[in-house]
Amino acid sequence: MSQTIATPPTVRLDSDVIGKPINRTDGPAKVSGAAKYAAEFGVTGPLWYGYIVNSPVAKGKITKIHADEVLAIPGVQQVFSHENVPSFAWFDRSYKDDVAPGGSPFRPLHEPEIMFSLQPVALVVADTFELARYAASVLRIEYEVEKHNTDLESVIDEAYDAPKGKTGFMPPPKPKGDMDKAYQEAPHKIAGEYIHHAQHQNPMEMFATTVDWLGDGKKMKIYDKTQGAPNVQQYLMKIFSLSSDEARVISKFTGGGFGSGLRPQYQVFLAVMAALELEHSVRVVMTRTQMFSFGHRPHTLQKLRIASDDLGHIQALEHKALAETSQFENATETVVNWTGILYNSPNTNFDYQLSKIDVFTPLDMRAPGAATGNFASESAIDELSYKAGKDPLDFRLLNYTYSDPTENKPFTSKRLDDCYHEGAARFGWDQRNPEPRSMRDEKGMLVGWGVAAGCWDASMQKAAAKAVLSADGHLTVSSATNDQGAGTYVIMTQMAAQTLGLPMQQVTFSLGDTNMPAAPVQGGSWTANSVGAAVKDACQEVGKKLLKLAQKMDDSPLAGVDFEDAQFVDGHIRANEDITRSVAIADILAASGEDKIEADGKAGPNPINQLKYSMHSHNAVFVEVKVDEDLGTIHVTRVVNAVAAGRIMNPKTARSQVLGGTVWGLSMAMMEETYLNNELGRYMNHNYAEYHIPVNADIHKIDVIFVEEEDDIASPIGVKGVGEIGMLGVTAAIANAVYHATGKRVRELPLTSDKLL
Amino acid sequence: MSLQFIQEPLDKTAPRVVPAQSVTLNVNGQDRTIQIAPWTSLLDALREYLDLTGTKKGCDHGQCGACTVLVDGKRINSCLALATVYQGKKIQTIEGLGTEDNLSPLQQAFVDHDAFQCGYCTPGQICSAQGLINEGRCKTEDEVREHMSGNLCRCGAYTNILSAVMEVLHDGEAVVDNGVLITVPVASTKASSVE
Repeated sequence: MSQTIATPPTVRLDSDVIGKPINRTDGPAKVSGAAKYAAEFGVTGPLWYGYIVNSPVAKGKITKIHADEVLAIPGVQQVFSHENVPSFAWFDRSYKDDVAPGGSPFRPLHEPEIMFSLQPVALVVADTFELARYAASVLRIEYEVEKHNTDLESVIDEAYDAPKGKTGFMPPPKPKGDMDKAYQEAPHKIAGEYIHHAQHQNPMEMFATTVDWLGDGKKMKIYDKTQGAPNVQQYLMKIFSLSSDEARVISKFTGGGFGSGLRPQYQVFLAVMAALELEHSVRVVMTRTQMFSFGHRPHTLQKLRIASDDLGHIQALEHKALAETSQFENATETVVNWTGILYNSPNTNFDYQLSKIDVFTPLDMRAPGAATGNFASESAIDELSYKAGKDPLDFRLLNYTYSDPTENKPFTSKRLDDCYHEGAARFGWDQRNPEPRSMRDEKGMLVGWGVAAGCWDASMQKAAAKAVLSADGHLTVSSATNDQGAGTYVIMTQMAAQTLGLPMQQVTFSLGDTNMPAAPVQGGSWTANSVGAAVKDACQEVGKKLLKLAQKMDDSPLAGVDFEDAQFVDGHIRANEDITRSVAIADILAASGEDKIEADGKAGPNPINQLKYSMHSHNAVFVEVKVDEDLGTIHVTRVVNAVAAGRIMNPKTARSQVLGGTVWGLSMAMMEETYLNNELGRYMNHNYAEYHIPVNADIHKIDVIFVEEEDDIASPIGVKGVGEIGMLGVTAAIANAVYHATGKRVRELPLTSDKLL
Repeated sequence: MSLQFIQEPLDKTAPRVVPAQSVTLNVNGQDRTIQIAPWTSLLDALREYLDLTGTKKGCDHGQCGACTVLVDGKRINSCLALATVYQGKKIQTIEGLGTEDNLSPLQQAFVDHDAFQCGYCTPGQICSAQGLINEGRCKTEDEVREHMSGNLCRCGAYTNILSAVMEVLHDGEAVVDNGVLITVPVASTKASSVE
């Protein structure tokens, strides 16, 4: 294991901008308060405010709404509820967004029936925010209460196989060999049950919509908090029978999403409904409590059985999961498959089921499914390594697979082995005493070192972009994609600048407006790959037009040069064979007399490659914890997160994604749990004081290693995405380190002090 | 038999609406007069009445710090402050620290260290960090971590926030031991891609 010293990424030319740690282009707007989020846009004319009222009961029926008392308050414009909201679209399909799971989507204020606690039941609209909030607080509503059930463990017997249909959902892999026999006969084996409870995404920005009623028919500018403006637009157009011109959705900045903004949330329905009904601009902002009233990472129960032979080779591998869903939709995640992708076993069994309870439909939350399955499987693998008498890292290397065993396909690239080696070297893993409870620091605290691996799929979606080069030489590229903090603004600017050989300052990338070419929701780590390829395509099309114009110039030095044989560098087009044959782009524009050159670009997955290959990013995580056994407190003092995710477009923002993912993994391991009171059928800790996430003092040293891969099959631009992968491995590595420190194997998250005492 | 439940105000004699009053606030060196209800928070006054939306609402309960502003140089949660109480005091928001084209050293350090992702907690982090620097009691990494812990960042940019604050606190001289970035370049060819 060799120590690798920081080296610059593969750089071919000094002028290259891809692969360089460039500051975010949207940074100055964000740090100065100039960046506008959904609730912050001004409107034409006066603005009214909507305040949402939520159900205090989990199941039942509204019998009376005393709206008249509230309507009597001067300045209250309307109280919307199922009693007066008109019928919109009839069929379920009109309420289905791009990433909706199977079932019947929730229709806000549609019926008196209550299906979950905190269900929105009314919207009070008033002249000011203060008045709307006050009026909502005095609105009396009567309910008939029915018996609810929010206890997943009580409906295990009602579990059913998770149906297909949701974007990205992979059903469990088919079984192989004879799992039971192999497990029984193997010399080393473990079996465990793993639990985590509901968790809520809780982005810092609360869901909000500002509808600017333009007073021209039904034309609106809808500023929405979302991870995908086009998805919201489609949803609104179908429900309210609007044209794309009428329902223009804008989302310039998104204050975090982590999956919560994949589906349109109910505030956008309420705000647009109110604007249409009142023909007036309306703003609706959720409260922090209301952020607990929709999707969440589902409470999931998992069972694993793994066994190995005497040498430590895995012979039997079984991973089963049961997750909650709502009564009305089948929320599915890919939970168990990852275990089969990371480790080969001749005998396997996988299972993934759902049971319905009276909560809102779960919703993708950072590394959905994978974070769930990974905690369980990497804890179980670790446990088996001790049983087999192997170092946990050696055990993983011993069972390393060079192809994807679940689909019998080669990986397009996989440098997880290098992640293990580089991570271990950086961490100093060879100094580890294998014996649990054997290491202490100078203050006598128990020290534990743990490792875990992770994988996530490198997928691509259809995306489009437009590039416009104006006569002054400024390039503007646009796509209706999103930047929830991932760095889309800067990396797309880099991609455009690189493709046409222009300086960064001469390029503007804009996003988040349905008037722009369509892009998928920002999720699944696919934005850099999908939108990046579309941006490159659009810029290359502009490049082709430029080359043609250059060749029309008198005595053009580029005469006869094909586009493939030309390079775009330092504001010039040059012939690859002879770079002295060169024309400045500014000169081409001047000579052409055109006021702009524009082109559309698009990108999408290659179905043939998808059939032939398995495409995944991987990581290896090494963690040090210090445990005070008297108090049960755990401190994560060091993390090394080594990631192999193809090409890194911007090491600065990509590192931030992995730092954030690491904090998320730590948070899942040690803090996050939405406490569901089954008596009330209600999430009880619905605020930031009681729903714990890390603060600055909880986070210490995090080293990030990018093991770069060259991969032109997973992506035309070599990118796999880093939004999810950084979170994987972290949670299990912490649990494994806690075992190494204390000898206690905790299988139920979060790892709070009571579980160690 | 079904149960009945009535959702109603805890205090059945909830006050009726009180008329808006004239309130003058000194924000970023300018006196601004607005007509607001007496229960309007300083945060809502800034965001909804003064169009100073740089100050963010993340919880409205003093739990997240996104609404942090400086009052007479001290950091406060503006969501827990009634605007009318802050008449006659000097209120400074993120917009008053620097502008997009003329960033303050702290704002520039946040950009340089990528000390944010979504940017929503960022104005609060920066105002809080400015307050911390004004307080003058924190010097070490651990002290800064502790005294920046009233500001949540869901994106998890904490290590970079620490780097940015330490840089400004120590005029660029601080050495912060909170992790490094290592890049391992592409190996000879597509390693381990063929079965």
